[in-house]
Formats: sequence, C-alpha cells, structure tokens
Amino acid sequence: MVANTTDGAGSADAGGPMDALRRRIEGPNTVGNSRGFWIGFTVAVASLVAYPLAVGSYQASRFSLFLVYAFLGLSLSVVWGYAGVLSFGQVVFFGIAGYTFGIVSVNFATPLGITAAFLLGVMGSALVAAVLGYFMFYGGVRDVYVTIITLVSTLVLHTFMAQTAGDEWTIGTAALGGFNGMPTIPTLALGVGGAAFTFDSVTFYYFVLALLIATYLGLRAVVNSDYGRVMVAVREDEDRTRMFGYDVKRTKLAVFTLGGALAGLSGVLYASWGNYVSPQVFELAFASLPVIWVSVGGRKTLLGAVVATVGIEFVRNSLGGEWAFIAVGSLLLVFVLGLPGGIVPWIHRAYVDARGDATASNPPEAETVEVSD
Amino acid sequence: MSTIDPTGHPNVHQTAAELATGDKTDTLLQTDGLRKDFGGFTATDEVDFSVDAGELRCLIGPNGAGKSTLLKLVIGTYAPSAGSIYYNGRDITDLAPHRRVRRGISMKFQVPSVYGELTVRENARLPIQRFADGEERRRRVDDAIAAAGLTGYEDVAASVLSHGQQQQLEIGMAAALEPDLLLLDEPVAGLDVAEREAIAERIVRLNEEEDIAFVVIEHDTDFVASIADEVTVLHNGDVFREGPVEEIKADPDVQRIYLGDEQ
Repeated sequence: MVANTTDGAGSADAGGPMDALRRRIEGPNTVGNSRGFWIGFTVAVASLVAYPLAVGSYQASRFSLFLVYAFLGLSLSVVWGYAGVLSFGQVVFFGIAGYTFGIVSVNFATPLGITAAFLLGVMGSALVAAVLGYFMFYGGVRDVYVTIITLVSTLVLHTFMAQTAGDEWTIGTAALGGFNGMPTIPTLALGVGGAAFTFDSVTFYYFVLALLIATYLGLRAVVNSDYGRVMVAVREDEDRTRMFGYDVKRTKLAVFTLGGALAGLSGVLYASWGNYVSPQVFELAFASLPVIWVSVGGRKTLLGAVVATVGIEFVRNSLGGEWAFIAVGSLLLVFVLGLPGGIVPWIHRAYVDARGDATASNPPEAETVEVSD
Repeated sequence: MSTIDPTGHPNVHQTAAELATGDKTDTLLQTDGLRKDFGGFTATDEVDFSVDAGELRCLIGPNGAGKSTLLKLVIGTYAPSAGSIYYNGRDITDLAPHRRVRRGISMKFQVPSVYGELTVRENARLPIQRFADGEERRRRVDDAIAAAGLTGYEDVAASVLSHGQQQQLEIGMAAALEPDLLLLDEPVAGLDVAEREAIAERIVRLNEEEDIAFVVIEHDTDFVASIADEVTVLHNGDVFREGPVEEIKADPDVQRIYLGDEQ
C-alpha cells in the first residue's frame, strides 16, 4: 500500500516544493514519515473541518476547547518529551497568559486591544518561562527538582490568585476576582477597526484548528531540525552533549521558553473561549492533566500529545464530574505501568512491524549486550 | 603562538604557567596545583600534570587514585577546589565544559554513553552538524561511521550495538570534532581481545594521522604499552611516577601500590 517507506531525513528524492516541505517536517524525531501517514493526516484534518457542519455550532464550540488544550499538551511534549525537562507547571504559563489576556482585553475591549492582549498573553507567559527557566537551569537545578519547583510555582500562584478578591485587586477596570475569577473577558478578535474579525463559536473552532495544524507542522520542523537533534541529545545525556560543544543550559532555557509560549497560547485561547479565567487553572488537578495527556499519548511524539489531549478531554468532558477524574487517573496508572512509551509510539511500532520494515527492528547481526556500570 | 608578544597584544593574556614553561611552547594542557575535595575526601591533591601537543599519554593508578576526577576537572564536569588549568597557555579553569570543547578538548566518559534511542547516523550527525552542512556533512558522517566500522548499521538504534561497537562509535563521534586533545576514560574496559586491539589501533591512528593528543585512562599495562610511550601514575590523588612505559612497568613501587600491600 505504501510505496515510499524510508524513515528519516535525506531519503526523499529531489523534487517539487512538497518534497522539500516533507524533508523539513519528516525525520527520526517524529512518527509519521510515510505517504500513508500523510493520507491519514489529510483525512483527519478533513474530518475536523467537516465536524461543525455535522454536529452544529454548539458541539463545535465545545470541541474547540479540546483543541485549545492541545497546545498545552504540545507545550509539555516539547519540554518533557523532547528536551527531557518534566515540568509540572505548564499551567503556570497557561494561567498567566489567561489572566494577562483578561486584564488587557477588559481594559481595552476593542479589536486592537484584544489583539494586543492576545500577543501580550503569549509573550508574557514566554517571558515568565524564560525567567523561571533561567534561575532553574543556570542555577544548576536538574531532574526531579525542576518538577518540584514548577509544581510549587503552580500551587503558589493558586494560593495567590485565590486571595485577589476585593477592590484593591483591580487593574484598571479589570477585577481579578479572587476565587471567583475574572468573568466577562471578551471573545477573541484580531485586527484593527474595520479590518477586525471576531472569532465566535464556529469561526473560533476553525481559527483554533488552523492554528493547531500550523503549530503541529511547525514543531515537527523544529524537532526534526539540527536544533531538534540537540534537544533530543540533551534529553538523552546532558554531560555527553556538552562534550560536543553544545550549551545544554541555553538549549533547555530556549525549549522551556518555547514551551511557555505554547502553554500561553493555550491559556489565551482558553480565556477567550469561555470568557473566563479563575484560579482553578492553577489547581493540582488541572496541573496534572498535561502530564497525563502526554504520558498516555507518548511524550516523545507531538502527534501523541495532540491525539491524547483531544481524546482524553473529549471523554472526560462527556463523563463529567468526579468519575472523569477517576477515569483519567486510572488511565495514567495503566499507561505508566503497562505502556510507558504511550499509545501513539506503540501503534507506530505495530505498524512498522506489520509492514516488515527491516531496518528499524532487525539490524544486521544485532547483538544486545548488557552493559554494567 | 610563541612569536606573539603578550604585552603588546590586547587579546593575549599570558599566564603564569605559560611564563613558567618558558620556551616549551608545545605544552597543550597544564594543571597547576589542581585539588578536588568531596566533603572530607581529597580526590586529587595539588596535581601538576601536563600534556604536549600530539602526545599520547596514559594515566594509570589503582582504583580511587583520582584518575577520572582529574580528567573531569580538565573538561570541566567538576569545578576544582583549588588550582588552575591552562590550555594552550590560557587559563580555562572557570570556563564552562562546552566552551572548553569548542577550544579543542573533548572527553569520552567511562560509561559508554552513545545516544541509545538515536540511530547510528543520528549519533554521528550530532558532533558534525556543528561545523558541516549539506554534502560535506553527509560525507563526514559516512566517514565517521566507516571509521568506526559501522557501515551498514547507519539506521540501527545505537542501543542495540555491542559494547565494543558503542565504544568505537563514541570515539568516532569525539574524533569527528577534530579536537587537539581527547580524554578517554577506560575506552577498552569490558572488551574482548580483538575489540581492544581495534580500539588501540584506532587511537594510535588518530594520534599519528590526525595529530590528536590523547590522555587515556587504563589499568592494563599491556594495553598501555601497546599504545603509549609515556605514562603517568596517579596514586592517592597525586602524581606518583611519570616516565616511559617499560620503566614504569618495572618500577617496584608502582607494582607495590597496584598490589595494595603498602598499608
């Protein structure tokens, strides 16, 4: 069925712009480098485009929240799956961006103001990630301590934002609202004056879908580039990577900042989707969701992060209530214990094996050696 | 380098070590009173150690003598408690490890640590992509893989290679940086005779043809004799003996510390 089967860069023949594009976004750091994958990808995108037509604007609007969360899932996949930094605090950047968007857009509720709020939210969360990352990585914080610091940052923000009720916590005309959060955040609008466009229900869905596809493909190009190879090398062995002259701290900081921007993008879209943000975004239960999405989907694949985020949130939202959290918690246990690589790499491997791809699984005279330390 | 007048050149900061070595301008690496304490334990104690350009020097000594610590101080994985490190006459004591690498030193750690999840080709690309692109990169990657004897294994995950193949790949990756000084921590530990001979040949070839200076930690004096002329013996964190390999092998004091009957 699939004719062009070579995984990895440098395989495509010289050809048109499509071949050049494929060379850029395909490589060993992503699953899905075959013609078959791209056919499936096109079918999936077409289905998502047709979805609002089939289910109507209410369901489409509901579904767009899951697409919004996919950016949050991608942010953790990049930071943890590719650079090896397990952050429990991607919701910090998500929440800061949501609040920033809320504060600015409530004060300047014109399309231009909302556009500025959108950009400031993303840039603000990237900046916070850069500052936090700088102190962690240049301060020599590694491994589980990064996880602890990011988790504590989440809880600190939760406690702080929950006590912002009252008039003294009003910025311009925007009241932070303490535990009740900020209602009446404007719907997303981009542009200036007459050239502005407001994204409401179905148009918001299409905007988020287009942004997600672009982000996914863009990140595929990043992780399959030379820089992506350095990211993966940092994940695998920091000391060794230094021995090739790479600045490991700077790499981790750059990836962490990118992760902050992606989580921030998710947060901005979230706040404008529900016209609301509250300290719940910093709660432990919400903070653990990205870790679950990415673990289930497969943290070392961008596709896994997107598929699992959307899938799990769809199920969780459909179940509702406490049961949803129990189901998601169980899912995490099952995957951590039974399928630690995640579901997408597992399917990918099964697909490769079924296709009889000799190079990936059967090296010439392969001998596995137990190497003792 | 020796023709530059250090006082008249804004970028040249001549060091005490360089002045002290006088006309011996081919000194590549010099440590000056290098000490590393771990809590109350002194791993290296005021070590003065030097390597000349193009030299192949082995570092031997019983377990706990401070060999690995010394190399990790040189590359910057550890910060010294006291003392200085000079490379090409410049003080590199406070330089980050990756900056030392960019100046021409690299190190292969004791534990084989190729990137197991990456293919052999991806492994080889990593050092080479820093300074080569396109066709040039492809050629260098192929050369590095061929030199490691791994042609045909390009798309195999490095984790499934044998221990010896991993060591070969790792040395190839370090050599691909075209360093002036390569530090190898027990490159043949756990290898069979044929694999040891292949690694020995490789080291000697890189030393002679590419003019890379080596410091190789190794216990086996036969292996040491097969590659090196000069040997430094480390004992209790300090230089115990230095000299030609045959002389060191015959030294009764060296035999005594290896047998451990001095207490």
